Amino acid sequence: MTITPITIAFFIMAAFTLGGSLGVVTNRNLFHAALYLVLALFGVAGLFVLLEAPFLAAVQVLVYVGAIAVLITITIMVTRRIMGVTESVNRQWPLAAGVSAIMAITLGFVVLDRFAGKLPVAAVPGDNIVRLGEALVNYDAYLVPFEVASVLLLAAMIGAIVVARE
Amino acid sequence: MIDFLTLTIEAAIKAALMILSLLTGFAYTTLLERRFIARIQQRVGPNRAGPWGLLQPAADGIKVIFKEDIIPNGADKVIFTLAPALTAIPALIILAVVPLGGDVNVFGYRTSLALTSTNVGVLYILAVTSISVYGITLAGWSSANKYAMLGGLRSTAQMISYELAMGLSILAPVMVVGSMSLADIIDAQKNVWLVVYQPIAGLIFIITMYAETNRAPFDLPEAEQELTAGFHTEYSGMKFAAFYMAEYMKMIGVSVIAATLFFGGYRLFGLENLLGGWMGPVILIGKVMLSLLLFVWIRATLPRFRYDRLMDFGWKVLLPIALANAAITAVLVVLDPWWYRLI
Repeated sequence: MTITPITIAFFIMAAFTLGGSLGVVTNRNLFHAALYLVLALFGVAGLFVLLEAPFLAAVQVLVYVGAIAVLITITIMVTRRIMGVTESVNRQWPLAAGVSAIMAITLGFVVLDRFAGKLPVAAVPGDNIVRLGEALVNYDAYLVPFEVASVLLLAAMIGAIVVARE
Repeated sequence: MIDFLTLTIEAAIKAALMILSLLTGFAYTTLLERRFIARIQQRVGPNRAGPWGLLQPAADGIKVIFKEDIIPNGADKVIFTLAPALTAIPALIILAVVPLGGDVNVFGYRTSLALTSTNVGVLYILAVTSISVYGITLAGWSSANKYAMLGGLRSTAQMISYELAMGLSILAPVMVVGSMSLADIIDAQKNVWLVVYQPIAGLIFIITMYAETNRAPFDLPEAEQELTAGFHTEYSGMKFAAFYMAEYMKMIGVSVIAATLFFGGYRLFGLENLLGGWMGPVILIGKVMLSLLLFVWIRATLPRFRYDRLMDFGWKVLLPIALANAAITAVLVVLDPWWYRLI
């Protein structure tokens, strides 16, 4: 393997992602764990940039770093009790370990099955954003999943409003 | 490899120049604010350091560097130190995708006056504004001070609420132009500024940019009566200065973005082509100066919002109007009626 600036950048971003994830699960201070999560999410955004997918990178930062992680941080800030927790596992850890293992095996299988030995993938020709936008409204492409996801989000939003009203 | 090296050096020079001009801009915006507010309030303002007080920012800088740097006992030291840096970084990088002028020749080397051009420029701006809440939140949390904590929480809630309306108001020009690249958006305003097509979106953007920079009348995170100094209560010395630096650089940043999205960017009736293209940045600086004067003028004129009114205004007034404006714009762009292209 030849070392190019891109490879170096890839390893830095991969280190951010993996190191951040490790920090999330090993840190006992919940607030620090949340900040490690932000680092890991940034690493993923960097990987998207290296894959020439600037749209996904920007959305990754906008949605995950700028919205979801901020909400997690605020939740921790306003929940005083949470900060005092010292043990890093609770009684349900065997269940969580089982679910995580199944997820890891499934995802690993899909990735290895689809992509092993097929790298590097050539860049998508043309304007990424235009193609993505067209794919989201094309019946043969992703119209149905897109609409289903929209309905799901709408239902979650209405549900949140109903819960907040009660 | 040589090509890669040239590109890297070019980007590094541009980045250094951009950071230098933002820092200079920050220093002189503080002077502009103090002098202009003094004028409004029938005072003199700082005029002793250098002619017309022009050396005042340098004097302030020297003073702040030699101040004692205090870290409170109960503070989370790492995050307490990290927070000012995390506040300043988004303010420094937000203009990376904005074209500050057309193409110019520098010693026979033709280059564009933009650090980089990307087809997702608008999204980049939204992403950077969305991460700029971290610095303030972390500063509030790590200070181990109830005023700082409350100030940090308030500021986070405010920025998240107003980001929605801001994002929707940016969506309107993107739909009209049909591109998320800021260069395309500026080119589309050769003849008519987008604020003419999108007056409501322009107004909402201007209102939300005051909230995003935590400036009056939305400066609740640092409301003195209730919160002493809000999230930066415990900060001193250079760390304190970093928060102010971020605030003023953000003011410059959002002014440039407002000018770019709604007021023609660096273009002004073709005048930007004078002096071999160097007139473009000058025009942009002029527009930014006007916007900064408006920032100061509003601070000197309007009282502060009450907190519940601020949240109500964001969620119950700005957001519905911005949503309706985005929906109507979408319909108009698709239908494209003859009268819509005329204005």
